[in-house]
Amino acid sequence: MSQSLLSIDQVSKRFTRKPGLAERLAGRLSGGGEPVVVHALTDVTLEVARGEVLGVVGESGCGKSTLGRVVAGIHAPSDGTVMLDGKPITRDQRGTAEKLTTQVQMIHQDPFASLNPRMKVGETIAEGPRYHKIIPANVVSERVGSLLEQVGLEAAYADRLPHQFSGGQRQRIAIARALAMEPELLVLDEAVASLDVSIQAQVLNLFMDLQRNLGLTALFISHDLSVVRHVCDRVAIMYLGRLVELAPAKDLYERPLHPYTSALFASVPTVGTGKRVFEAIQGEIPSPINPPPGCAFHPRCPQAGPRCRREVPRLAQADDQRTVACHLNDGGVA
Amino acid sequence: MNNSSPDNSNVADSSPIIARETTATRLRNFWSDYCESRVALMALFVIIALTIGAFGAPWLVPQDPYDLSLLEWSDAFLPPGEVGSGGYTLLLGTDNAGRDMLSAILYGLRTSFVIGLSAGVLALTVGITVGLSAAYFGGRLEALLMRIVDLQLSMPAILLALVLVAMLGQGVPQIILALVVAQYAYFARTTHGAASVERRKDYIEAARSTPLPTRRIMFRHLLPNVLPPLIVVATVQVASAISLEATLSFLGVGLPLTEPSLGSLISNGFKYIHAGRYWLSIYPGIFLMITVVAINLVGDQVRTVLDPRNSR
Amino acid sequence: MSAALDVSGLTTRFDTRSGSVTAVDNVSFSVEPGRILGLVGESGSGKSVTGFSIMGLVDEPGQVVAGSVTVDGVDLRSLSDDDMRKMRGSRLAMVFQDPMMTLNPVLRIGDQMAMAVRVHRKMPKREALEESRKALDIVGIPSPAERLKAYPHQLSGGMRQRVAIAMALLHRPSVIIADEPTTALDVSIQGQILAEVRRLADDIGTAIVWVTHDLAVVSSLADDICVMYAGRIVERGTAEQVIGNPRHPYTQGLLDSIPARHEPGGHLPQIPGSTPQLSRLPSGCPFRPRCSRATEQCKSEPPSDSRDGQIVLCHHPLEGS
Repeated sequence: MSQSLLSIDQVSKRFTRKPGLAERLAGRLSGGGEPVVVHALTDVTLEVARGEVLGVVGESGCGKSTLGRVVAGIHAPSDGTVMLDGKPITRDQRGTAEKLTTQVQMIHQDPFASLNPRMKVGETIAEGPRYHKIIPANVVSERVGSLLEQVGLEAAYADRLPHQFSGGQRQRIAIARALAMEPELLVLDEAVASLDVSIQAQVLNLFMDLQRNLGLTALFISHDLSVVRHVCDRVAIMYLGRLVELAPAKDLYERPLHPYTSALFASVPTVGTGKRVFEAIQGEIPSPINPPPGCAFHPRCPQAGPRCRREVPRLAQADDQRTVACHLNDGGVA
Repeated sequence: MNNSSPDNSNVADSSPIIARETTATRLRNFWSDYCESRVALMALFVIIALTIGAFGAPWLVPQDPYDLSLLEWSDAFLPPGEVGSGGYTLLLGTDNAGRDMLSAILYGLRTSFVIGLSAGVLALTVGITVGLSAAYFGGRLEALLMRIVDLQLSMPAILLALVLVAMLGQGVPQIILALVVAQYAYFARTTHGAASVERRKDYIEAARSTPLPTRRIMFRHLLPNVLPPLIVVATVQVASAISLEATLSFLGVGLPLTEPSLGSLISNGFKYIHAGRYWLSIYPGIFLMITVVAINLVGDQVRTVLDPRNSR
Repeated sequence: MSAALDVSGLTTRFDTRSGSVTAVDNVSFSVEPGRILGLVGESGSGKSVTGFSIMGLVDEPGQVVAGSVTVDGVDLRSLSDDDMRKMRGSRLAMVFQDPMMTLNPVLRIGDQMAMAVRVHRKMPKREALEESRKALDIVGIPSPAERLKAYPHQLSGGMRQRVAIAMALLHRPSVIIADEPTTALDVSIQGQILAEVRRLADDIGTAIVWVTHDLAVVSSLADDICVMYAGRIVERGTAEQVIGNPRHPYTQGLLDSIPARHEPGGHLPQIPGSTPQLSRLPSGCPFRPRCSRATEQCKSEPPSDSRDGQIVLCHHPLEGS
């Protein structure tokens, strides 16, 4: 695993919400009032090779966004380590921002929220590299201009404010801001989810061009299976904070191994004529505050057996390129 | 790196959706929105006139009310419209020491403005620092700071100011300090409220993951986005600082008569009001009222214009 | 069969300070009982305003200025405000993207549903609750009797949306307008709801207008599809026609830009430019600046419906195959 750029090793993240004073008093009286613990990520291990685009897919509460935020240094993991190029990069519990790496940059879902509405576009792009002295001070404005052109905008837009741009244009600006830091790794959190279909195609093309030309490594977080299939080399499927399946995109879409993965594929509507049947997954997504025992998917799984209720399946090698966490592939469900 | 520019079909989405908007056009729009209320426009002119009167007082008025050598005892208690020993018409009469009331009021207005503005600006600074830190850092610091602020907001500002002035003694700096302590809590609460909302937005997270240092995020990203509601609170708080100061002076704990503010003028004249010498108290009172009402009207209109719900 | 909903020449205008904007421009379609019409468009295409215009729920400064909306033969635009209010909720109902637009957060589900029943029909509360339970059952909510006692915040997003749909169903309306009802939901939950909605149309015969930006959803759910662009319906036909054989260059472009229809990793065909501001529409055909087939004719005159099976608003429609 010498070529892997990013290694996520047994990372867990729990959010504890301490009850307020009133809740504590109420809890004292009724006997509850324990802190609420959300298990956002449990024991996630992943490697991303240099130049690879890894898709992270799952439904709400699966922890995909938390994973992105841990890698981008916004959250400190509760357990485990994240290494970039062999060096630990995560914010420790008291870590100051200055010590965080500039090598990981994030692109958010909503370009209307991710740009400071009162800061000119050029300043938004230039601020990070100028502060970290990534670009020499005398060429900053040239560099901003060329970055804007690189993402398909005009250099002259540097002195405009974000509200003057459409959603797709703002997302390009957010990409330019990330690229300005000359990152090794990009974390894209639902980066095209809020864009219109026609604009989404433009931004995906831009991303694929940049990724190839600059040799970027990326964690591509999305709920959209068709987008992920299009841009990712490998795909990680998550459910309720755990990694359930990891495989090259092509293999995964041709032959999903985990029952959740196949169920997910079956419930996605596709563009085509005449399809009328939805093979929906039954039941609701359980709460990450109180995940079911054993395999978290067992209450919704058509193939679940007694072992699934008892034992958490571990991530096991299915063939030389794929891993899956399901008892079906690891000794049966009985 | 530049050979990676995407194919030209990407460039097609490049024209901004809104035509270039400069600071000048934004200001012009703000002004035309503001002018939609005649009353607010009038209030603004009143404030401008009062400001010119107050700060131009030394050049505008016939008499320096501080210069005791200019006062004539024979001029005492002249009613409005009389001509005094100085040879000019005393539009608002004179007080018990023979001061021209108009001169005294304009000088008093200047003191009131200085106190109101400096207390407002200082309270704004302190309030922003407290509110921003509480919202940004959260946790124990937030709980501590905001509980103090809540505690303070739960008692009348005048009471707090009274106690402080009693402890600190009389004089302009002491009054300003008392007013700042009494008023920063309003700014802290408003800042905290607005900043807690902004803090959760993605652009703050983007700045954190860049990473940029905390102080920079607080003052360059968070602060500009919480400023609009604060400007409104600030105008209203300046008015309230002016009336607080007047109240303190009226109660006799504010400024001495040798350094007249509107409050001390009202207080001084109050003794004579039953003797039919109404002008000593009434005119400074009217000026105080006009000032406070005008500032509040301007603040209200600014709030209306800045409110995004009103934008069309 | 006669149409449950007939919309003809519907035009809605917003008069703002920066001028008048036509958000819905001469929109016509009809939906027969038991059929689902997908109204597809990108942001700013006027699809949601069309839904609100049908419901008579357009807020100031917007105004329906022309056209007619007929439900079961009743012309809605001729009704008084009071009669329109009775119409809404009984024969015409709406489901919003955010179910909390319909649900009252401080009332139990059962109480607010029973209240909604009794607004239009006089009956004891116990019977109204029974009606509500049945409605929850229809939309596939497990143990509906218990859900009646719950508050909205105790339910998941998908459950809340089902409750909102159940509330829309309470009076067996002829027409339901659904505005992006599954957009905020997870795919597995969306799949469940789409399956229920299809069943509703088939079993109960409700006519449904499904407003969405998601072509994949309409192509698998809807019987008929209208594609909107800049306030106009640019293409209208059966789902098979519009998806299988698009005639308008915009529809073609939208379908082409969907990643699932291409080899992974390849360059996606894209529609250049961005969706136009309604206040600054180009002359002639509004899609012209982004269209590869545009000619001088498109610049000077707006296209009118060309009608051969499916309706296309284009001077140079693609050849049918």
